[in-house]
Amino acid sequence: MSATPLLELRGIDKSFGPVQVLRDVALSAFPGQVTALVGDNGAGKSTLVKCISGIYPTDAGEFLFNGHPVSIHNPRDAAALGIEVVYQDLALCDNLDIVQNMFLGREKRHGLVLDEPTMEQMAADTLAGLSVRTVKSLRQQVSSLSGGQRQTVAIAKAVLWNSKVVILDEPTAALGVAQTAQVLELVRRLADNGLAVVLISHNMNDVFAVSDRIAALYLGQMVAQVKTTDITHAQIVELITAGRSGALGFNAGNGSNDTGGEPAAAPGAAR
Amino acid sequence: MTSTALPDQESVATPAAVPTLTSHVRGYLSRVRGGEIGALPAVLGLIVLCTVFAIMRPSFLTTANFANLFTQGAAVTLIAMGLVFVLLLGEIDLSAGFASGVCAAVLANVVTVLGYPWYFAVLAAVLTGVLIGSVLGMLVAKIGIPSFVVTLAGFLAFQGIVLLLMEEGRNISVRDPVLVAIANRNLPPALGWALAGLAVAGYAAIQAMRYRSRAARGLVTDPRTVVLARVVGLAAVLGTTVYLLNQERSFNVLINSLKGVPIVVPLIAVLLITGTFVLQRTSYGRHIYAVGGNKEAARRAGINVDRIRISVFVICSAMAAIGGIVAASRANSVDPNTGGSNVLLYAVGAAVIGGTSLFGGKGRVLDAVLGGAVVAVIDNGMGLMGYSSGVKYVVTGVVLLLAASVDALSRRRAAASGGR
Repeated sequence: MSATPLLELRGIDKSFGPVQVLRDVALSAFPGQVTALVGDNGAGKSTLVKCISGIYPTDAGEFLFNGHPVSIHNPRDAAALGIEVVYQDLALCDNLDIVQNMFLGREKRHGLVLDEPTMEQMAADTLAGLSVRTVKSLRQQVSSLSGGQRQTVAIAKAVLWNSKVVILDEPTAALGVAQTAQVLELVRRLADNGLAVVLISHNMNDVFAVSDRIAALYLGQMVAQVKTTDITHAQIVELITAGRSGALGFNAGNGSNDTGGEPAAAPGAAR
Repeated sequence: MTSTALPDQESVATPAAVPTLTSHVRGYLSRVRGGEIGALPAVLGLIVLCTVFAIMRPSFLTTANFANLFTQGAAVTLIAMGLVFVLLLGEIDLSAGFASGVCAAVLANVVTVLGYPWYFAVLAAVLTGVLIGSVLGMLVAKIGIPSFVVTLAGFLAFQGIVLLLMEEGRNISVRDPVLVAIANRNLPPALGWALAGLAVAGYAAIQAMRYRSRAARGLVTDPRTVVLARVVGLAAVLGTTVYLLNQERSFNVLINSLKGVPIVVPLIAVLLITGTFVLQRTSYGRHIYAVGGNKEAARRAGINVDRIRISVFVICSAMAAIGGIVAASRANSVDPNTGGSNVLLYAVGAAVIGGTSLFGGKGRVLDAVLGGAVVAVIDNGMGLMGYSSGVKYVVTGVVLLLAASVDALSRRRAAASGGR
């Protein structure tokens, strides 16, 4: 594990009117690792992602990128830092082909004219870099792709721009067994290529299959950030549903615990 | 494909096999089966209609009638070319017909009543179109009124504006020689050949350049035979057309000679090439397709959706203005019914028959030209067969309905074959 997280959030607060959605949330994402962000519906996962990607402004807290404080006010700031988000609904145009979708809004041009060969080559290189071999032709319309292939294109679109942090919002939610395996393999490969990956998922099998670290949100608070190898399936479910599990969670502090699993009393609540 | 991945379908390696003629044809056929039929119905329909009319009425096949088809269909085709841009966003412009009438009325007033030179009149007409389009686009994009309602209101209001500009039904003649020439004069035969040659050479050069630059980067290219076939095909079509149009069409050569390509043909060709370039080769065109395919995805990609929506209405109304100018030229006058009655429905029909989807996201400017040809052939052929306008309207209506069904069915097919 590298010492400094690529992306680190500290003390993030976010309220919508009287409702406080995020309370003093901390999150770290390390390069070359998959950080799974888990939590029940309404725990604040999506809000947190939208704060990171600059769609929502935060009320308090700081962002550190590569150890340096940065401010993210809008999606363009996030993109400039190399933070890309793949949303659940993918945001692909069915009537355009793979290359056209990957470069949508950021087309390469020669003066007025689109530079198709360069774009196609960059797309091919990106897909090859991710060892994607599941698409027949880059000039295939997205409407003719399967769900897993669409997810692949959306992820490839996110990494095309030398991004450093990729946040995936439930990438396997709508996929079958084989395609889920394909996408998880791709997620793993992103991390192996040195990117910091944040994976939002409800599926514990996926989380344990692919993640290095797990961050659990409970009612807007980060209740644990632990190594995947240090925690069991049952403990994570407890953290998601009750906010605590043995030494972990609510009363056990808000940092990264190396859990021993013994039901020791929590030393000093974080909040 | 179903959601469970079949290895033999999914895991074909990215560097596709060297393309051959057979693989290219097979790929095309599988796309057609998958619902991407493009202009195929229009081309087939055109062949069937021409065959039927040629057998029933030999006069359909005369060179004079062939030349007539171009001038008859020109105005509708031009309006349809503009409509393609609006249809690509899944919007509609019902006011395009009467917008062309308003612009034609402006043209006639400026050139005949006020007596300005023709280029001022043309400029005024096109600017009127741009203004109309901006207003319609603003109402649709900024205020959020459905385009159907905005342009239906425009349809009524512009009909009224034409009447007002014509001072209650008087018609204004257009006698300026340049304006009259657009739809009534022909190019010298030699110039026709020269332009056709230029077009083929230009097309061949573009195809060759694309082939070379793709091959140089090791990207998949179309097979050489296919590239060659495209160029030869275009040369054959243009060559035949120019040859036929360069035949003498006058009944009595001593009175006046009538031969050459009608001037509207290069006009349409230039606009067709420009429109195709904009849609296929610029990022603006790419963004039009993106907004038509998935507005939310386009917005997230940083595309200014409102600006795209306004701009297509401007293009549509400006093209309607050009259509209106051609209509005024062909009739030598403008009357309150210019751009009225069936013009708009023929234009929408032309775009849809050509393969432009009413659901947005699919279509080309070429579709409008092919569809416009179908509409012109039906109109012309049935007229020659002596059918009343009643029958013509019914047949055109049925053809439009057929085209829209083909569109809807192929869309369902595409959705089914692209299974999620």
